[in-house]
Amino acid sequence: MTRVFISRDMASVALGADDVARAFAGAGCDIVRTGSRGLFSIEPLVEVETTDGRVGYGPVTPGDVAAVLGGTHPNRLGDIAALPFFTAQQRFTFARCGIVDPLSLADYAAHRGWIGLEIAHAAEPQAVVDTVKASGLRGRGGAGFPTGIKWQTVLDAPGGTKYIVCNADEGDSGTFADRLLMEGDPFCLIEGMAIAAHAVGASHGYIYIRSEYPFAIATMREAIALSAGRIAPFTLEVRAGAGAYVCGEETALLDSIEGKRGQVRAKPPLPALAGLFGKPTVINNVLSLAAVPFILAEGADAYANVGFGRSRGTMPVQLAGNVKHGGLFEVGFGITLGELVNDIGGGTTSGRPVRAVQVGGPLGAYFPPSMFDLPFDYEAFTQAGGLIGHAGITVFDDSVDMAHMARFAMEFCAVESCGKCTPCRIGSTRGVEIVDRIIAAREIEPVRATANGDTLGKALYSRAPDRIDVSLEAQTVLLRDLCDTMKFGSLCALGGFTPYPVLSALDHFPEDFGAPAPALEAAE
Amino acid sequence: MDLDEATALISTWTEREGRRRDLLMPLLHALQEAAGHIDDSWVEAIASAFNLSRADVHGVLTFYHDYRRQPAGRHIVKLCRAESCQSRGGAAIEAAATERLGVAMGETRRDGQVTLEPVYCLGLCAIGPNALVDGRPVARIDMAALDRIAAEVAA
Repeated sequence: MTRVFISRDMASVALGADDVARAFAGAGCDIVRTGSRGLFSIEPLVEVETTDGRVGYGPVTPGDVAAVLGGTHPNRLGDIAALPFFTAQQRFTFARCGIVDPLSLADYAAHRGWIGLEIAHAAEPQAVVDTVKASGLRGRGGAGFPTGIKWQTVLDAPGGTKYIVCNADEGDSGTFADRLLMEGDPFCLIEGMAIAAHAVGASHGYIYIRSEYPFAIATMREAIALSAGRIAPFTLEVRAGAGAYVCGEETALLDSIEGKRGQVRAKPPLPALAGLFGKPTVINNVLSLAAVPFILAEGADAYANVGFGRSRGTMPVQLAGNVKHGGLFEVGFGITLGELVNDIGGGTTSGRPVRAVQVGGPLGAYFPPSMFDLPFDYEAFTQAGGLIGHAGITVFDDSVDMAHMARFAMEFCAVESCGKCTPCRIGSTRGVEIVDRIIAAREIEPVRATANGDTLGKALYSRAPDRIDVSLEAQTVLLRDLCDTMKFGSLCALGGFTPYPVLSALDHFPEDFGAPAPALEAAE
Repeated sequence: MDLDEATALISTWTEREGRRRDLLMPLLHALQEAAGHIDDSWVEAIASAFNLSRADVHGVLTFYHDYRRQPAGRHIVKLCRAESCQSRGGAAIEAAATERLGVAMGETRRDGQVTLEPVYCLGLCAIGPNALVDGRPVARIDMAALDRIAAEVAA
């Protein structure tokens, strides 16, 4: 019987993989449902097992069964791993994704699974923490805090009960690496958490997955049940979110697991010292924890030898939005934004010129193509007024209206604000109103060249709304002032980083806000 | 589901899973899965099961977007509004969807047939615009796909 590999990933299913799988099963094939390889322009992808290895075809529809099995289908891709999109990658974390059956313990063990955990179990907790420190791994959720230092704090914290919490509340638009990994290689995350548990002395862990990821929740729950014996005495459970974006913030996530409103806690105390239920807690992103099995199995140097500056190892970059070859591209830090968008991504799907890319989700900055020489590195992005975040890159073509995107950033913040701090709760709504006034004014008002007097004061004169200065200039000054307040006055990244997309849109695309276009010169 | 049935479900569930406060959200998920929504009249029973105040339960129930306090339509369409879907024409699809389905975003159609809700990212960001139609993911939504969705929810 012919063995055929078809992805069960949510993205593949959304493109019709289930119907394709049924058609191949109907033709008498032995179907193996894998995770996704991570290149969506070739999904639904079918790989047929032959004596020369797997031969891929994609995209494929249910009507293509005979042509694929006969080897005559025009979308024949051959060896998927040999495609340029994959040969250019360095897959450390995602090595197994798309290749193995995600719920087969035999597959996992046959692809170097559990080796990291065995090495960890044979070592002292301090040695495991030292290895993670030496790898240079930094938190992949966005903040980039050194993972080993966090673990050290929890290891050194007094107290018997400690927890491992995995933040799988991947709410940023343009990111899907966590989902891809949980659906395609769940044991990798489980192994990473078990290693963390051994390293800090924790006995129970939680994986908090957003409710928008029903496939990931189901896969992780099954994988936990299957591997319970392997990670014992450590135990794990999945907690499902309930549609609150702010629960991706670590302290809000902890409150949510505790059964409360997902509101942000003031820090200190750090979760590492007083986290879940007040106990010392390691809280890490999916990608941070999933990088750990490789680091233990292959050694800290194998990981640290790749990278750029203080950003060591690989980053699973996600190419999203209006991009021709969207998908997961795991690569060492240092690759430039332009290489990712143009060379790997192949430009836009629509065929129109790229106008802007947003890096790092709804709280990340918009960059114009003139800044495409920016290397992928935590420090370089911070310097450029942005952030890597969870490494999602959303591509926009020249039909985008950046004032509308700035408005959306404020609107999203207003919808998702937890309400605890004023700059975020109120500021976001005021921000929508200001951008609305700018959008209204830019249609009718010619650009004014000079500033005159107390613009901010007049823009703020809200006790007599008919006397507010609604000119473009006044409202733009007010918007910047509001962003400044949100940036420095908010408790967490939701209110604090919403200014990034707004200000970057204003700085790099002033013509969309009714101001003159910037002179064509290098940004720095 | 009426109050008695809800109370019975709450007591069976807490009997099996426990009465710790951190189980409040899992119980709310279970209730909504069984009943389709969580009625305000059940809050007292939920609160007493966990030894919480009604205000505590009300606070959690109203904080999370997922929990419904009113029944939804027979079909639920969750359409993504986030940036990646917008970059692929999501705003136009959103406008067309409200028109085609005959219901405003965030509302249930008067005949109770369909609820249209915004969702902020399904993690299918390279193949948008995306939606969940009764829990089934649908990608690359265009006008033809909207017609198929409209036909599906008419049933």
